Amino acid sequence: MATLKVPVSENDHRQGSAHAKVTLVEFGDYECPYCGEAYWMVKELQKHFRDDLQFVFRNFPLTTAHPHAMGAAVTAEYAGSRGFFWEAHDELYENQERLGLPLFRAIALKHGLSDEELYLAMQDGTYIPKIKSDFNGGVRSGVNGTPAFYFDGLRYDGLPEFNEMSQLIELLLVRGRNL
Amino acid sequence: MNISEFDDAKETTDDLIQGPLPAGTVAPDFTLHATPDQQLSLHELRGNPVILAFYPADWSSVCGDQLTLYNQLLPTFKEYGATLLGISVDSAWCHQAFAKDRNFHFSLLADFEPKGAVARQYGAYDSHLGVCKRALFVIDKEGVVAWSYVSPMAINPGADGILDALDALANSPQSTPAKN
Repeated sequence: MATLKVPVSENDHRQGSAHAKVTLVEFGDYECPYCGEAYWMVKELQKHFRDDLQFVFRNFPLTTAHPHAMGAAVTAEYAGSRGFFWEAHDELYENQERLGLPLFRAIALKHGLSDEELYLAMQDGTYIPKIKSDFNGGVRSGVNGTPAFYFDGLRYDGLPEFNEMSQLIELLLVRGRNL
Repeated sequence: MNISEFDDAKETTDDLIQGPLPAGTVAPDFTLHATPDQQLSLHELRGNPVILAFYPADWSSVCGDQLTLYNQLLPTFKEYGATLLGISVDSAWCHQAFAKDRNFHFSLLADFEPKGAVARQYGAYDSHLGVCKRALFVIDKEGVVAWSYVSPMAINPGADGILDALDALANSPQSTPAKN
């Protein structure tokens, strides 16, 4: 059974209560169409389970298949360093068909950030260590494609689909209550 | 149950019993087409670790994801001096089109004629479906299987097992791979 080798920590991008009963970690690629579909499904799960579910996003850009994946990841990390990670994350997925420098620039400007700083971050590879660290931790945890999901540290091998995932969350919540 | 169903059932059971070649076995040498006009033999790679990734078919999505991941990890494999080879029963021409489409930078070998002969030697052939199993082997620099694993057909095995096996080889005094 593949398990999460790097525990969730303050270095992660986290959404929802830190005291949530269930933690869902996604390894995602902003250019992966399956991740684009899963984005909306995760939103539904968050809406449905509210404070019971904490969501964590880690980078897993498959750059040999997706030429814009790294630029998108850098944009989200740059925005994150200025407090706008989730805004950028959402805007990248919601505009997945327009990934590219003009969109990355527009996202930075929309949040009052400097497109010049973003450009320099891309040139200097400022956020590459963080992105590679996410990626390598994912590989060691058995990430086998994107999106890859882990519920409470265990890889989810089912379909990335609302009903199946919400049933599993219900099960984890019931188990948590019995402990 | 008719006779043919009985035979099929037996064949599947044989596959289960046989399993992949285990660690410690000398990896059978082979020569397969890497491109329509080039062949590659396992013994040519002696001296460094080799990763064999048997997979069912070009173009199917799970395989695509698995091989895309390995393609992304080529620089990591290179740090161990390891060569990655993908193997399926598809022809060299099919492999060529698939590798070009997916931007793969490693060799896909055609276990095409006689069909699946190499996969059978490695215990990595599904004779019921007529394709390679999703089987992974890490072979050490002496040509001995250091680690093997068969994943269920529908489950992409990822790369963690490969990296753990390469780590073990790198830390083993008997079989230290030549680092690049």
